[in-house]
Amino acid sequence: MKAAPFEYARPATLTEACELLAAHGPDAKLIAGGQSLVPMMAMRLARPAWLIDISRLVELQRIAAPDALPAAADGHFVVGAGVRQCVMEREALAHASLPLLARALRFVGHVQTRNRGTIGGSIVHGDVSAEIALVACVLDAILELRDTSGATEVPAREFFLAPMVTSIAPEQCLVEIRFPVWRGAGKAVTHGYAFDEVSVRHGDFALVSACAQVELDADGRCVRAELGLGGAAPVPLALPEIGAQLAGTRLDAQSISAAAGAAADSSDPESDLHASADYRRHLARVLVARVLHAAKAEAISKIEAAK
Amino acid sequence: MTEKLYPVSIEVNGTLREAQVSARLTLVDFLRDTLFLTGTHTGCEHGICGACSVLLDGEPVRSCLMYAVQADGRRVTTIEGLAKPDGTPDALQDAFCEAHGLQCGYCTPGMIVAAHALLEANPTPADDEIREAIGGNLCRCTGYQQIVDAIKLAAERRSGSAR
Repeated sequence: MKAAPFEYARPATLTEACELLAAHGPDAKLIAGGQSLVPMMAMRLARPAWLIDISRLVELQRIAAPDALPAAADGHFVVGAGVRQCVMEREALAHASLPLLARALRFVGHVQTRNRGTIGGSIVHGDVSAEIALVACVLDAILELRDTSGATEVPAREFFLAPMVTSIAPEQCLVEIRFPVWRGAGKAVTHGYAFDEVSVRHGDFALVSACAQVELDADGRCVRAELGLGGAAPVPLALPEIGAQLAGTRLDAQSISAAAGAAADSSDPESDLHASADYRRHLARVLVARVLHAAKAEAISKIEAAK
Repeated sequence: MTEKLYPVSIEVNGTLREAQVSARLTLVDFLRDTLFLTGTHTGCEHGICGACSVLLDGEPVRSCLMYAVQADGRRVTTIEGLAKPDGTPDALQDAFCEAHGLQCGYCTPGMIVAAHALLEANPTPADDEIREAIGGNLCRCTGYQQIVDAIKLAAERRSGSAR
């Protein structure tokens, strides 16, 4: 349970990190928090010849909420790839503008791992049950990747290819994630957010996770909804078509039940030691219904409070 | 083969420690095998059990999930650094003894480090907050209830409301 030998570099700038990646190619791995990579190296599932430590790069630490004005327009919440999960968990801006991510973080590992693990590290690791990756897909976030030739933007929904396989090239570094923030486009709307999962113990890998974000008009009618499932397919599963079918409904029990059934039908879970595929499909239906009800309830309670 | 060595300078329990380490030396192995601070325990070595928890710049982390080179220039506090200056147990350690918060003792250093960090941030935690704080630490003896009791007892004493 000891890593194979490797060489270590701690570049001072992002440019230098990209140059090191270009020089060493697939023999090198970036390390930030290391909460997934170090166990893989201990089990020798990964044995890079070089580790390039990007945990101290200030270029990867940006946190920027969209400007308060104009409140009418949707914006983006920018999170640097190297921002630690514990920082976002406590970040007031995130709770105010990006509640879905802030709430998902409560399910990510444990205190000790969130103190080291980063937002970007969880995404590039590509675990099918990763909560942060699911939120990025559900909200249709944009990932900015950098290499020595410049920056590339990739939608999170196209980034994940298979379990632990993403479209990032060996010489690329994830720099930041831009999460869309919903605004009302000038109309009076309220929002609700919910994240939930079932795991053997809190903090363990989720058997299945689900999240939803809904926008209701002043009359309580759904303007838009996004939802998705983690651990229920080879990649985090955003379900925009099912969300689109909820628009115009009152998120009544029947609409939610139909959406949950459609989500379970869209899932493609695996059986493993912890749960059968059938059980995971069952959880997918239950959890999607649960998060849609919870997100609706939050938005409705805001409408009531405003009266 | 001879591995390349890297210089590190790490403040451990208030003392600056300098050494030459191989890149793959984990922080827990550095603490135990290089500095002989064997209070921090090695359990699963892949980030599941929490026995190796230490404070890094005051925050609890798993010392098996980082390499010593990554701790260069930073401040580490181990279980040895949590006792009173004269070496006797502090209020939290006393509470673990009194409330029978340990049996075999293997998980105890990690439990106490996690509990210490909790009480520093939240002096009067609720039961569910205590359970969440030690959620990343496995104990195979106690069933956890006495550990929760011990942390509650320490919280009461630290905030001056001891029974």
